[in-house]
Amino acid sequence: MSKEFSYLNLNKSASYSYVGKNLKRVDMLDKVTGRGKYIDDLKFSNMLYAKLIRSTEAHARIINIDTSEAEKLPGVKAIITAKDVPSIKYGLSPARYDENIFCTDTVKYYGDKIGAIAAIDEETVYKALKLIKVEYEVLPAVFTPAEAAKEGAPQIFEEYPGNVNTEIHLEFGDVEKGRQEAYHIRTDRLSGQRTLHGFIEPHCTIAYWKGKRVHVQSTHQSVHYLQHHIARIFDMKEGDVRVTLPYVGGGFGGKVDISGTDVAAVALSKITGQPVKVFFDLEEVWLNGRGRHGMDMKYTTGVTKEGKIVFVEAEVILDGGAYSGLGVATSYYTGSLLNVLYDFDNYKFDAYRYVTNLPPCGAQRGHGQPHPRYAFESHLDHIAEDLGMDPIDIRIVNARKANTVTPNGYEVKSYYLKEANELARDVSGWKEKKGKLPKGRGIGVGNGGFVTGAGFCMYRTDLPHSIGMIKIYDDGTHAIVYTQAVDIGQGSDTVLVQMAAEAMGFPYEDITICTRDSDLATLDYGAYASRQTLMAGWAVKRAGEDIKKKILIQAAEMLKVKEDGGYRSGKLMPEELDCKEGYVFVKQEPAVNISFAEVARAYFVKHGVLVGRGYYHPGKLGGSHKGAAVGTSPAYSSATQIAEVEVDMETGETKVVGTWDVHDSGCVVNPQLLHGQVHGAFSMGIGETIWEKVVFDEKGKLLNGNFAEYRMPTALDMPHVESLVLDTFEPNGPWGVKEVGEGATTPTLGCVANAVYDAIGVRVTDLPLTPESIWRGIKEAEKAKEKEGK
Amino acid sequence: MANYVVDRDGIKRYLVTITVNGNKYTKMIKANSLLANFLREDLDLTGTKKACEQGDCGACTVLLNGKPVNSCMVLTVCVDGQEVQTVEGLESNGKLDILQEKFIEHSAPQCGFCAPGILMSAKGLLADNPHPTEKEVREAIAGNLCRCTGYVHYVEAILDAADSK
Repeated sequence: MSKEFSYLNLNKSASYSYVGKNLKRVDMLDKVTGRGKYIDDLKFSNMLYAKLIRSTEAHARIINIDTSEAEKLPGVKAIITAKDVPSIKYGLSPARYDENIFCTDTVKYYGDKIGAIAAIDEETVYKALKLIKVEYEVLPAVFTPAEAAKEGAPQIFEEYPGNVNTEIHLEFGDVEKGRQEAYHIRTDRLSGQRTLHGFIEPHCTIAYWKGKRVHVQSTHQSVHYLQHHIARIFDMKEGDVRVTLPYVGGGFGGKVDISGTDVAAVALSKITGQPVKVFFDLEEVWLNGRGRHGMDMKYTTGVTKEGKIVFVEAEVILDGGAYSGLGVATSYYTGSLLNVLYDFDNYKFDAYRYVTNLPPCGAQRGHGQPHPRYAFESHLDHIAEDLGMDPIDIRIVNARKANTVTPNGYEVKSYYLKEANELARDVSGWKEKKGKLPKGRGIGVGNGGFVTGAGFCMYRTDLPHSIGMIKIYDDGTHAIVYTQAVDIGQGSDTVLVQMAAEAMGFPYEDITICTRDSDLATLDYGAYASRQTLMAGWAVKRAGEDIKKKILIQAAEMLKVKEDGGYRSGKLMPEELDCKEGYVFVKQEPAVNISFAEVARAYFVKHGVLVGRGYYHPGKLGGSHKGAAVGTSPAYSSATQIAEVEVDMETGETKVVGTWDVHDSGCVVNPQLLHGQVHGAFSMGIGETIWEKVVFDEKGKLLNGNFAEYRMPTALDMPHVESLVLDTFEPNGPWGVKEVGEGATTPTLGCVANAVYDAIGVRVTDLPLTPESIWRGIKEAEKAKEKEGK
Repeated sequence: MANYVVDRDGIKRYLVTITVNGNKYTKMIKANSLLANFLREDLDLTGTKKACEQGDCGACTVLLNGKPVNSCMVLTVCVDGQEVQTVEGLESNGKLDILQEKFIEHSAPQCGFCAPGILMSAKGLLADNPHPTEKEVREAIAGNLCRCTGYVHYVEAILDAADSK
């Protein structure tokens, strides 16, 4: 269903051996045979099973924890609470480390971590959990930003007066000047709901100590951050923490935080001296949270007669839940990328992230983007309608162009949003459909994009962002690529092997990748901010080129051009040689060649192990205002999506019947994997637009922490997806690559919501667009019309 | 009903014999043993995954007498004397099943956690209906949740496998 299609033809992938090809994934055999091990598949002798003790109040002071009955239960090996573990606070944003391993004084949400129990088997752990008695002094709680902001509202954290966790006020250009110039000004308010990542594999960690070193195996998106934070929390040297990750069953941002399973496993295995597995039930994945923030968004935009944006005022209120996690970055992201997408000078952005007594929100695929994109793309459609413009035309008028700098200082190299809109318009039949479909059927457009890797490490450091290493076997026939890049399903292992093969000129099928192990592989920050292909890609490319350089020097000593009839006589220089697909050859006379393996073996005999090394640091990037670190990146992707929907006007039920995505992702290393990302993004985005919402009762208790009541799309819900790529080239990426993974989710909510608007003629402003809310929207509009008629 | 003995603590232990992937296994189990746990814990066949443990996600799908079931919803004692096939039983004599080959060719799984379940649902479908329509394929895997792929390459791979038979 995905066409191989190139539109701009800006890169040279046709001349590559491995980059740009649909090569078989390196992990696929493991994944289709059941041989691949995920964390819950691992067992160690003498291993204990453990679970967290969780709060049953949304906000309360802990008066007493009585573990005596549970301790008496045969098979219980350890019960720990705050008094047994380090009291240091941790998190992901250094300015807001606000989470303890276990609650020290108050619990801050229903499901907060109070302690942990380890026992000889799962059954005993569950029995013991029921015997724990926690006495609380219940405190008043707040469940929405509005409640949190009220005067006299209960304070959840001392350090966040008024429950304001993050407050942002930024202005670029001159909004007042823009207001004067505007031909038309419009304000819209929309809201987005709390959603969750929805990966199928719950969190789980196994830890065991060997002397002073601890080995932590987890389901996580970053080897490095897990290692860094475990060392910090337990006051250890990073070198004494070994982190390995088996196959990871999906992440989408929900496995970036240090989870309760990680800290509890390390603490329990230290106390018991045994390997300990701490595991979540599915409901605990919801309680652990870190999904999309609930957001209220208000946009006021001024445009010229031609639809050119002259100013935007944005205000975003975020429901952060109980802790910061990555939420500070999410808050900045809600504003920082709008003027990467659209080119305008005058921009005011205010945001407030409130803490509430609900599970913490954090990073979910494209974090800080999908809701604001949904709101702004809806807003933009209304402006176009006010002006009598086609929604795609207003987007083309405002689309950022390549080689420009945003008002907030970000340097945008490759950027082909205009072309993405044009191609999406043409392939979707937009002109024949927009405004011409029968009532109940509609088509909508949305734009989006994302950073290709964050410009800074999450904590302050001068470390490089990625290090690659490649080792060639003694006989020269096999290569191992080392990197801590984390394949959480997106396919980075495969793409990095393709890149290593291309850089070395060595067969793809003769390369193994060694990843997700802090002892064996080399530094990389892991899978977040859509960074692996560009950042780990640079490191692996440079490691491969290092190998190739050594091979060509060695080969120059071994190859000889023909005495007569050759293109020249005498000793060969390395510059005259090239290496492709396992053969070194004379560029001017390819018939003179030698196998890579033979050269590599000769190198080994003479010098010892053949190793290539690569390094990547993005260097100084654009943006100098407060918070500029969130949004600065070596490269920005862009994309246009179009959705066609059918709405049952009687029941309000929406069916997405067709979807188109055009991506400006730079050079595409493996088109099949890129399309896979787009398909998954559409699926997640459609779910978030129509069905998904995390729901709590009036006391803050989670109501739908399962896959039956948290409604994600099934195979029956998914429409046809047409995924197309613009063949673009990014100067800051190896071979010209940019991201796709997160950016692909960012236009979806907007394009589906705009299609629903087109179908029913009424804007339902709160996500998700459930049958009920659509039905009510239609009925209210009918009533309003009747009133008008009277 | 399977025979049982009562242990020192008064708990009944049932003796079951179950054929898994063509091999007969005889084990003592508790009455509350679930087939998913039996496969993973007692037989170490960890290809069958567990996530929701209440029949919503389909990660634990296996074939019971040729029909796809959520093994987390089946009591082991109830399948005494019956036949189970798991993802580990798809390969025969070192040769992959056509579904496995097509999953690889289409790069169908991403994180792969749902893949064994989808393979078994598809295997059950093709055994019953060798040439399904796209709608029938979608219906067959509607009980298998996947968050990575939007099911697109899965559906393509299953249809391709059916065509190749």
